[in-house]
Amino acid sequence: MTPSKHDLSRPAPAGRERRRPSFAWLGVLPFLAYATAFLLLPAANVLIGAFRSPNGGWTLDNVATLFEEPYRTAFKNSIEVSLVTALLGGLLGLMIAYSALREGTPKWIRGSLTTFSGVAANFAGIPLAFAFIATLGVLGVVTTFMTETLGINPYDHGFSLFTKTGIEIVYLYFQIPLMILVIAPAIDGLRREWREAASGLGASAFQFWRHIGVPILMPSLLSAMVLLFGNAFAAYATAYGLTGGSIGLVPIVIGFFLSGDVLDNPHLGQALSFGMFVVLGLMMLAYIPLQKLSSRWMR
Amino acid sequence: MKPRRRIAPGAVVWLLVGVAYFFIPLAATLLFSLRDDQTGKCCTLANFSYILHDPTFWKTIRLSFVVALETIAITLALLVPTVYWVHLKVPRLRPLIGFLALVPFVVAPIILVVGLLDIYRGSPEWFYASPYGFLATAYVILAFPFMYFSLDTGFRSIDVHTLTEASQSLGAGWPTTLWRVILPNIKAAALAGSFLTLAIVMGEYTIASLAQFNTFSVFVQYINQNKAYPAGAVTIIAFAITWAAMLALLAVGRGRTAPITEGEK
Repeated sequence: MTPSKHDLSRPAPAGRERRRPSFAWLGVLPFLAYATAFLLLPAANVLIGAFRSPNGGWTLDNVATLFEEPYRTAFKNSIEVSLVTALLGGLLGLMIAYSALREGTPKWIRGSLTTFSGVAANFAGIPLAFAFIATLGVLGVVTTFMTETLGINPYDHGFSLFTKTGIEIVYLYFQIPLMILVIAPAIDGLRREWREAASGLGASAFQFWRHIGVPILMPSLLSAMVLLFGNAFAAYATAYGLTGGSIGLVPIVIGFFLSGDVLDNPHLGQALSFGMFVVLGLMMLAYIPLQKLSSRWMR
Repeated sequence: MKPRRRIAPGAVVWLLVGVAYFFIPLAATLLFSLRDDQTGKCCTLANFSYILHDPTFWKTIRLSFVVALETIAITLALLVPTVYWVHLKVPRLRPLIGFLALVPFVVAPIILVVGLLDIYRGSPEWFYASPYGFLATAYVILAFPFMYFSLDTGFRSIDVHTLTEASQSLGAGWPTTLWRVILPNIKAAALAGSFLTLAIVMGEYTIASLAQFNTFSVFVQYINQNKAYPAGAVTIIAFAITWAAMLALLAVGRGRTAPITEGEK
């Protein structure tokens, strides 16, 4: 980033115009200033605040508290919900995307799937929570239908929408379409010639998938699922709208700290945020190399 | 040449699963929204009328819309010149900006709002207590990755150097070049990013509610908690907004991506 280095590495612009490229980096300064003030500083505030004690000075107590109840369970819940919806959403999304893109499926299905996925992946939060309350809530349309027509009220059999399972069902509504959007280019990248070449050499469909399809798709699959994990882990509004906060997920607990329902140690909210930051940071560390690996087959 | 294959039965099953997952909650919400608030019987439009006659609905939806426009304006004003400059003059900074564009995924909205509230607590009232100040500022950060990746793709598909030289050899200065030469060429990318930003801002709840601003989403949550059947109506309206923004996004995207995808095949 140093100007002098920049000077040397850049080829002279053919002598047409005299410019001072040593100051060219100044052009991105307004953006960097904004990103620093409203993205990096808040991040730093959380990271530093997590290690400050209420009466000034440094401490590890806040972060240590994360391993005690109820915060431990909140992290456990959040990770569990994210893992389950990343795996299930990933598999369902993969199957649906592959079904839409494979040979024999009419072309218009592919176009509409992209449209619907774009809408559904962005239809999260409060309205989504209500849509599922109207569907599978106590008075929901599907619940009522099952009770009246089949004589089975799922709420009499241990089901409830306002539980971890309920949150997972609702999260899948945006996880599946996100998977479809992310994995579709990778499936497209599985070129037909490869399949034809494999079958020309006598490979069965199973052998094609076992030795060619799955190995090529694997990095894309993993990176997409990592993305889904982060997507679920960071979600706040949907879970809040659904349960009003009765299921302890990390973002929900942080929300309680911010809205002032919990008032002992302001740094605990920052410590919880720091914990989230660590998990999401690890996710990103896994995502970037997988992403690089998966783009290898896509030209 | 093989004859054209018919759709595989397995594919039909999976696609039906997808269709069911997508449509059943929407159909249920629609049915809910048509029920009478007193008796729970179908069918009436009273719930929609109730929402549309609520002045808070109009107040909050206008607020969210204005904040969305402001967010789009700031994000474009910040990013278009930056991405242009990076592509033209300092390509070695591109990884840095690309890295920064990934940071909002790690610093999730809930983390961002914790930090922002703490840092700017002492800032002037017109900023801290105003949705057009604090909230729009935070939303620019949420919009940044989507706008950046959209613009970056857009800029990669045009020849920035030739366009700039041509413009300048005709005597145009930087503002003219940017406004009349570059911008028309990346319009589709800018519009796509803008519609996505619109959808994000209109639906954003985390930061708005925790920073205590009465946006559209906060209104939706209030109705959800208090009025079962009108909540169906307002959910349908919220869905229609997402739907409209996404269709607009696809409409501008179609013209742009068609040649690219065709080139790939």
